[in-house]
Amino acid sequence: MSRQAAGTAFTALLRRDFLLAYRRRAELLQPLVFLLVVVTLFPLGVGPSPGLLANIAPGVIWIAALLATVLSLDSLFRSDFEDGTLEQMVLSGQSLALIALARTVAHWLVAGLPIVLLSPLLAMWMNLPDEGLLILIESLAIGTPVLSLIGAIGGALTVSLKRGGQLLSLLVFPLYVPLLILATSAVSSAVAGLPYTGQIGLMIAGLIASMTLAPFATAAALKLSLS
Amino acid sequence: MNPIYLFFHKTGSPPWFYNFSGKLIPWLWAGFFLLTGYGLYLGLLVAPADYQQGESVRIMYVHVPAAWMSMMIYGLMAIWGFIALVWRIRIMEVLIISSAPIGAAFTIIALVTGSLWGRPTWGTYWVWDARLTSELVLLFLYFGVIALYNSYDEPRKAARAASLMSIVGAVNLPIIHFSVVWWNTLHQGSSIGTSGSSIHPSMLWPLLYMAIAFKLYYGANLLSRARVRLLKQDHRKRWVKDLLSKETS
Amino acid sequence: MATDSHILAVYDLSFERYFERVFEPVSFELDPGSLLLITGSNGCGKTTLLKLLAGLLEPSEGKILMDEQPLYAGHFPAIKDDLSVEENIRFWMKFMGTRKSGQMTGLCEQVIEEIGLTPVALQEGRTLSAGQRKRCSLARLLFCDESLWLLDEPYSNLDPQGIGMLDQILKAHLHAGGACIMTTHGSLRPEGFDLQECHMISGRERYTGARA
Repeated sequence: MSRQAAGTAFTALLRRDFLLAYRRRAELLQPLVFLLVVVTLFPLGVGPSPGLLANIAPGVIWIAALLATVLSLDSLFRSDFEDGTLEQMVLSGQSLALIALARTVAHWLVAGLPIVLLSPLLAMWMNLPDEGLLILIESLAIGTPVLSLIGAIGGALTVSLKRGGQLLSLLVFPLYVPLLILATSAVSSAVAGLPYTGQIGLMIAGLIASMTLAPFATAAALKLSLS
Repeated sequence: MNPIYLFFHKTGSPPWFYNFSGKLIPWLWAGFFLLTGYGLYLGLLVAPADYQQGESVRIMYVHVPAAWMSMMIYGLMAIWGFIALVWRIRIMEVLIISSAPIGAAFTIIALVTGSLWGRPTWGTYWVWDARLTSELVLLFLYFGVIALYNSYDEPRKAARAASLMSIVGAVNLPIIHFSVVWWNTLHQGSSIGTSGSSIHPSMLWPLLYMAIAFKLYYGANLLSRARVRLLKQDHRKRWVKDLLSKETS
Repeated sequence: MATDSHILAVYDLSFERYFERVFEPVSFELDPGSLLLITGSNGCGKTTLLKLLAGLLEPSEGKILMDEQPLYAGHFPAIKDDLSVEENIRFWMKFMGTRKSGQMTGLCEQVIEEIGLTPVALQEGRTLSAGQRKRCSLARLLFCDESLWLLDEPYSNLDPQGIGMLDQILKAHLHAGGACIMTTHGSLRPEGFDLQECHMISGRERYTGARA
């Protein structure tokens, strides 16, 4: 079989994913609205005292980002699984890990990047001091791809299950714990004027590790779900 | 033929495993009861009380080995999971699935005993101590694997999914543990543990006996569960029918 | 060739689910230019057999000997509802690659014309009828160049012209030295072909001795 070059297949897949995302753009807004609503609930729940909000801001924003990401993960592979597209992709001879990576990249651009872009708004609502804003954006920019990469493993494992969405959250939240700890610590340290490069460095290391390892686990999970 | 291949082929055979484990189990139970008895005797009566915490430190002799077991079992599940995925050996799948509830139980024991340990010292039943928090996240990892297994209809596919999740979880486990420990130092949290830097030998021995005792318990419980599962899976096969007719005759 | 001159050879192949065989072991050999028809009652494992041959499943027993990856057209048409017919086919052509030379747009139009979907080329997948979806899913037969085809109930939902179109494509493929394995559950059978047949028996039938 004249197997297509990996690069061409990768870009063809990305282009298709963007086209699909654009056609379904109303659906993409849902997790983002959810993000905004969740953050709004905190001042309503704990009181609007500026000091308190500023204190819990990094954690609240990051947790909201986790929740919003998990919401969007269930549909990562579901549509392709149900209409037979995934089957054909597995049989195409292309590296399944590469296909998984392409889907994950598309997912981040469409679901994770908007979170990064919305973060200044969330920072303002949670009264995050200015010293923390840049680091918040940085931590989200490095961290949300990791959320997508690890989340893809959960998405692939649960795609063949009827109500995979709930199980997905249970599976990935423990895996998100280190990222949550590092990111919130980085932002809090920046606000307090303490060094934060260590945390950021570890997060970058985590991003590189996930980029190289997670697609293979996702590929194995996809093959399993199709069997 | 390669002796290693033969070894795996033999141990992978359900009837052989069933017979062999049947002979092993009574010894494991005997060892468990003896070592637990001796270990608890040493720990509860012979070993010294802690300088600061008094008698309550004795709960360590159950808490610490339980925590060790909770991590060891998850590690074993991941190793067996790898073997099961690569070579599709059914026995491995059975062992993984039978281990998960035992591991979760040890995690819960570690959490409960840890909580009781903290009560006299800190006045509350829960503190976000590094080890307790780590164990809690581990418990969620166990629940995840068990829930994943139960969500799939076909048993072998379910076992493979559980194997993959165990591997992913095990790879992340050290990272989670270290990040939680670091988080704990960051926030100067309370901790549950013995005062003093090193453990006195008279405290070390009961700890080790209990650790081995728990391993024997795990072995006995695991093999019993695995045997039952094998019987259920193979209930149509010849070896099970022969076994049943032998037992009833 | 796999063995001697065969494109595909299968020996005592079976698959287990829930610890019992889905179907009784099958064996057959396939030569270039031949069409193998898999028959059997509903649920006897025809789709499972095709998936085993495609490589989506691992056999529980038996052996499959083949030289190259076959083309598989299964139950699900692999069409995105949100993309037009033209966008769907263009994506697959780009993703799978094709040995046909020429500009992508022109090739795409050609393929769409051959499967008779030019009138609906720009319509979204969700607006297509079942028969049109089937035609769209069979488009891959025109631009992929595997020699072995695995078709799961390819005639279902096709109108008489569609059936004629498929027969034509099939004849051309077999004539060029390709081979094809197709499943059917009875009424729709290819006409005018020299057929090999393989009848499958489900594991259940064997146990209960009943014929579904």
